[in-house]
Amino acid sequence: MNLLRFTTAGSVDDGKSTLIGRLLYDSKAIFDDQLDALHRASLRRGEEQVNLALLTDGLRAEREQGITIDVAYRYFATPHRSFIIADTPGHVQYTRNMVTGASTAQVAVILVDARQGVVEQTRRHAYLAALLGLSHLVFAINKMDLVGYEQAAFERVKSALEEVTTHLAPTAKVHYLPLAALHGDNVVERSERLPWYEGPSLLELLETLDAPEQAGPARFPVQYVIRPQSPDFPDYRGYAGRVVGAPLHVGERVVALPSGLETEITGIETMDGPLEVAEPGRSVTVLVKDDLDLSRGDLLAPVAAPPTTAQELTVTLCWLSTTPLRLNARYRVRHTSREVLGMVTGIDFVVDIETLEQAPADGPLTANAIAQVRLRLAAPLFVDAYTANRTMGSLILIDESSHVSVGAGMIEAS
Amino acid sequence: MTHLDELESESVYVLREVAAQFENVALLFSGGKDSIVLSYLARKAFWPARIPFVLLHIDTGHNFEETLTYRDAWAEKLGARLLVRSVQDSIDQGRVTEESGVHASRNVLQTVTLVDAIMELGLDACLGGARRDEEKARAKERFFSHRDAFSQWDPKNQRPELWQLFNGHKAPGEHFRVFPLSNWTELDIWRYIQREKIPMPSLYFTHTRPVFERNGMVLAASEILPRLPEETVTERRVRFRTIGDMTCTGAVDSPAATIEEIVAEVAAARTTERGTRADDKRSEAAMEDRKRTGYF
Repeated sequence: MNLLRFTTAGSVDDGKSTLIGRLLYDSKAIFDDQLDALHRASLRRGEEQVNLALLTDGLRAEREQGITIDVAYRYFATPHRSFIIADTPGHVQYTRNMVTGASTAQVAVILVDARQGVVEQTRRHAYLAALLGLSHLVFAINKMDLVGYEQAAFERVKSALEEVTTHLAPTAKVHYLPLAALHGDNVVERSERLPWYEGPSLLELLETLDAPEQAGPARFPVQYVIRPQSPDFPDYRGYAGRVVGAPLHVGERVVALPSGLETEITGIETMDGPLEVAEPGRSVTVLVKDDLDLSRGDLLAPVAAPPTTAQELTVTLCWLSTTPLRLNARYRVRHTSREVLGMVTGIDFVVDIETLEQAPADGPLTANAIAQVRLRLAAPLFVDAYTANRTMGSLILIDESSHVSVGAGMIEAS
Repeated sequence: MTHLDELESESVYVLREVAAQFENVALLFSGGKDSIVLSYLARKAFWPARIPFVLLHIDTGHNFEETLTYRDAWAEKLGARLLVRSVQDSIDQGRVTEESGVHASRNVLQTVTLVDAIMELGLDACLGGARRDEEKARAKERFFSHRDAFSQWDPKNQRPELWQLFNGHKAPGEHFRVFPLSNWTELDIWRYIQREKIPMPSLYFTHTRPVFERNGMVLAASEILPRLPEETVTERRVRFRTIGDMTCTGAVDSPAATIEEIVAEVAAARTTERGTRADDKRSEAAMEDRKRTGYF
């Protein structure tokens, strides 16, 4: 795997911008004209040194107010791997932004101030990263320069973090790493000032982390029907989509949902030629043996291992909107390529974002709340649990009148 | 899958979402490398059927001749319908006023022509080849970028994009700009062009051209770009890293004559491709300000 997507988190002053700036700078991903622009902007603001945070604050309002609005995506590459960073602001809208950034990431890098140790934000971000099913949590214990690069300080923070991570989902692997982002210690190069630390630098770790796609049976949500209706392809009817889960094979017996009719995959096609097997993540066009009525929103799955068909779901819901959730009101529910109407019929519990404990719902869900809810659908969806398959287990709620995406849901069970 | 396979599959997925979620779509085609790769990916996404979108070129009237030649040949090769709307028409109709002075550019005027075209054609989505690595305001852009009935982008009010679930719902009169190449970098684009052997306009390869320098930029000498007395024209071996309006696209000194040489040059480059664009240097937030009013 050559591409790694990671998200960064941490409290406001834990040095997130500095770390990203360092990673980009030391891996030579900041260009001279960008540095010049940074230099000029820093001087204009009366700052003596180049302010790397100005690199990541791209909008007028962000520079004016010195805050970060919403998620930004940044790119850099080393000879070993390419990286996409989902740079999420550590601000008031933390849950929404963190959930958005983490939904496409495989790894979370969570900054911890070596002097402060575990704070509320650390717990929250670790919890959210685990909830979103990330494969790795990397705790970057930063500002080691301010604790004299001492191993004891690192170990103290590490054991406090171990307390936190024992309560998290067991699927995530956890890593601890001492560094000083401001000076570049252990960011790209291993630091001589941390001789007691025998592990990799942050970049070395990111270059080697293995983040396999979740296994499980193959799934093929139909995105679009390809019908050339041209003289060369008079009867061609291909189903376009992206493979999810396990590889899809020519000759495989599949069931088409919702019809429940069985058929066989007779071809997997691309413009570059036919394939025998399509790996998960690959966009292809599938041909089937029988003349079925298949359209967008339908799903192909192995006959031996179909997904669950359900009209009632238990979902962990992150509420993203400033307009509170309306119980028993209609929302559009978007799941893979399928969209149905649905309503939230009840709230089992909310997660107290301070203590991370479950509590009874004492009012409507408001922005940034996380809750376990029951969702009733006007027509069935074909689902897997989020922990088994992120694509098949995720959905969003869309407000019918404003058209805005208001909820992010992870399917627990049906 | 390799990194390029992954980017390709993601872009194809987004292109198919656009075809499925919208009714009246145009692919904004400028004849530059990004829109070339985007239209090439569109062909892959819908093969063996035709691209279900029209190509729309907003012509400033200040394009390089080579770009226009390539544009027409490429559209024909793709079997796609090409529509051209021109800034000159917008000027003639009194919709915009041409800038004056030596720094005059039609780049900003394009926005009005584009927005007028969106209204005229009733488009509900425009595909663009913008990449998030190009510019700091673009790093904030979503794949599906919502525009209100006045074509405005509000960076404070963007829809969160979760997993691969793209929400294209909108009110009548609103539209989306969609950027399937969001996650590509300049180097990815060139490596992909190399891998797929996509033919490229001659401007990207080294050639000898009369040029002059302005504000550290190397500009092509032409009658549409009036020169100051101290600006002298010389012949230099140059190529272009980005292709836009002649009045704001700078050339770079380069001996790169093949795609392989361009890939090597881009990999070693110490400046961004946007460093050659005068339109971004007008102010710190030039790109953001243009995008807010409906720019690409």
